[in-house]
Amino acid sequence: MSALAVETASLKKAPSLSAIGMTKTFGSFTALGDVSINVAAGSFHALLGENGAGKSTLVKCIMGFYSADKGQVMLDGREVIIRSPRDARAHGIGMVYQHFTLVPCLTAAENLVISRADTPSVINWPKERRLLDSFMETMPFRVPLDTQVASLSAGEKQKLEILKLLYLDQRFMILDEPTSVLTPGEADEMLGLLHGMCDRGEITVLMISHKFREVKTFCDRFSVLRRGRLTGEGDAKSAPVEDMSRMMIGDTEVRERAARTEQIDRKDVLELAGLCAEDDAGLPAIQGVNLKIKGGEIVGIAGVSGNGQSALVEVLAGQRPLTDGEITIHGEIFTPKRGNFDRFKVYGLPEEPLKNATVPRMSVAENIAFRTFDKPPITSLGWWMSKGPMRSQAEELIARYRVKTTSPDAPIETLSGGNVQRAVLARELSGDVDVLIVANPCFGLDFASVADIRSQIMEARNRGAAVLLVSEDLDEILELADRVAVMSGGTISYVAPIEETDRNTIGQHMAGH
Amino acid sequence: MADMTVQSLSATSLRRRPSIGTLKFAESIFIPVAALLASAALFSVFLLFLGKSPLMFFQLLWVGGFGSGFSLQNTLQRAAPLILTGLAFAVPARIGLTMIGGEGALVLGGLSAAAMAIPLVTAGVPAFLTLPIMAMTAMLAGGMWIGFAGWLRYYRGVNETISSLLLSYIAIATMNFFVEGALRDPASANKPSTMPIGDAYRIGSIPGTEVHWGLAAGLVLAIGLHILMTRTTFGFAARVTGGNARAALAQGLPVGRLIVACTMIAGACAGLAGFYEVAAVHGQANASLVAGYGFTGILVAFLARQVPLAIIPVAVLFGALSAAGGIIQRRMGMPDATVLVLQGLIFVVLLTSETFYGRIAFLQPKRAEDRT
Repeated sequence: MSALAVETASLKKAPSLSAIGMTKTFGSFTALGDVSINVAAGSFHALLGENGAGKSTLVKCIMGFYSADKGQVMLDGREVIIRSPRDARAHGIGMVYQHFTLVPCLTAAENLVISRADTPSVINWPKERRLLDSFMETMPFRVPLDTQVASLSAGEKQKLEILKLLYLDQRFMILDEPTSVLTPGEADEMLGLLHGMCDRGEITVLMISHKFREVKTFCDRFSVLRRGRLTGEGDAKSAPVEDMSRMMIGDTEVRERAARTEQIDRKDVLELAGLCAEDDAGLPAIQGVNLKIKGGEIVGIAGVSGNGQSALVEVLAGQRPLTDGEITIHGEIFTPKRGNFDRFKVYGLPEEPLKNATVPRMSVAENIAFRTFDKPPITSLGWWMSKGPMRSQAEELIARYRVKTTSPDAPIETLSGGNVQRAVLARELSGDVDVLIVANPCFGLDFASVADIRSQIMEARNRGAAVLLVSEDLDEILELADRVAVMSGGTISYVAPIEETDRNTIGQHMAGH
Repeated sequence: MADMTVQSLSATSLRRRPSIGTLKFAESIFIPVAALLASAALFSVFLLFLGKSPLMFFQLLWVGGFGSGFSLQNTLQRAAPLILTGLAFAVPARIGLTMIGGEGALVLGGLSAAAMAIPLVTAGVPAFLTLPIMAMTAMLAGGMWIGFAGWLRYYRGVNETISSLLLSYIAIATMNFFVEGALRDPASANKPSTMPIGDAYRIGSIPGTEVHWGLAAGLVLAIGLHILMTRTTFGFAARVTGGNARAALAQGLPVGRLIVACTMIAGACAGLAGFYEVAAVHGQANASLVAGYGFTGILVAFLARQVPLAIIPVAVLFGALSAAGGIIQRRMGMPDATVLVLQGLIFVVLLTSETFYGRIAFLQPKRAEDRT
């Protein structure tokens, strides 16, 4: 198939695809209710919606991961039956997932060849190489074929994922938030290339996104889902962002953002001096991080993921040992031990709270008590715990932080992402906070939760906390931070007050320039 | 809005859904019981295949395990070490470790208790002093043994399941080495053993029964450890660590010390079982200590869902299974190992049943409906 595919690739036209009346229910929950979208041949179509709006369900139905309860998929005007991803592939429908599906220890060429359905047991590499080279000739962008995928940059990997679809002759591409792992520069380059290919009628793209800027700049049309329903569609170039945003969140009441208050007489609270730590493989993860954060200040750390941000957060949280350097708080050396977390009033909101900050099988009440379980009133005599005070503390905080749960006794894993994060916020922010370490606090949350959580962080800052905010979402940093620092290659390569910098400058430093 | 109406309707007109705690408890009873019944059914097929009557087997199991005062006491006698070795698996399991070294800790506990007895008995130290010293020695030896596997786990990253299993073989070899060498009683010609501690130093039975005091120790420890793990800050910290070590570190909990403490408690339980085997059953340390109690204890703890209190009835059940082995052998003309086949079946079915938690519809609480 591939030899033929390569030869005819440039002749093939982009297909059009319509999904009509798609409905999918899980038990009593309607994930998708009678949704129709129409993606014209050669168009770059955006699928917008909050988390849980049904975007993934829709594309999974198209890809054959789920079988829709009702509805049909038309490809170039003819109905196709897709029962499995294999069927989708045979019809030329491919998908690029949010996370890479390449084999890191193989080269780009090997990854392409093994992705084929008809890879022979014995591969004739010289022949495959010739075919690959001639295939690459026809492509608008290149990836070094003999490099191990592990040593490619995120942008190159993403390009390789797209090349893989083209190599497999899948000219209807579904991209699931393809830019979330890229620098702004890489993202723009890649979307520009896709846009060009669409314009030339080589491919058709359906892209899941929540970044209005990208949708406005590169897409032709958009469809919006909310709670499993189609709430709007239109021309991406002409529709105002406010309209798209209203279609996405509907009448949901979004909490007013907390205002940034002026802080006077700020003193350095948290000081990182020459921090070094190793990753799990024993290689340097952070190398000499220096940073000072004042009380009442948010310092946002931007960077492409994998440049040491998570190691930095782990070091501060006590999850990873320091190999060198010192953390001082109010001029005193801080070691991350339980007593010191309380003494220095250090709190943390780690990324993926269900994985990093909770015990999924323990109840909401128990999870909320992690900071206080060994102190009165929950504990008497230093070791004897009482359930009553733990429960009443949980009930109070659940109400105050609007955590939606059936009961304080429900395992925290039964809560939605936003409510897990609210429960963790309730635990970490209800006291007096001097230092707050935050990492990607809004990743994968809906609008209402995002607004809520960012307000809480801002309020903690306004109350005088020194906040270290690590985020892969540049918009989040631009919104919240007083100063921006960029991490690249395990060190801080750039620091600037927010009013003296902009997206482009930050992006260049993220890319290591 | 629609959801709220439905919810309030179901709350008033339909029966109230039981609380989450009740449902979880029901699930933790229902699944193991169902697993036991399924194993019994599978074993019946095995028996039919052999041309034996399953009915007769289970009848004899009842008679041999609980049918008379004698068989009941036999059952309890065998249950005693199983409670302790069950705890030796359950306590580390609570902190997220799969420690299967109970057999080694038991053997080593028995050996060190017997070794400690030699000078004390020779010097004529009275029994009320000798026995506690022997017990402490056994607990210390077992505790250090499993504690070492815990230390290796946290500080050196060594897989605790493999290390504790291999440590068991080292423990058994060590016991053989001393029993056949330096500590061998010359009088023990056929079966190399340490010097008998003598009847004066034997622990007697619980008054009014033939069951040794190991049963009482097991009951006290099971209840004590249950309270420790569910009602104290130590237990809470251990459960946080077991549920998510990353979260525990982020809370500044002393994860390393908690792991070593839990594994030492576990080893001490198994070591104590070894002490009772020496001081109450055999009167000396020899190869009889390697009776598989440590491994059956894993099964017991599994069936008890690692809940210390639940280990008590499960250990009694398995005690009955082994107590009935003899009568089944005689009456049905089947080898003694038949009950081991049943044990193995139970283990496999039990491991499979673990995958059913959270999947049986009528035992699930309603999920929080929170898509706003």
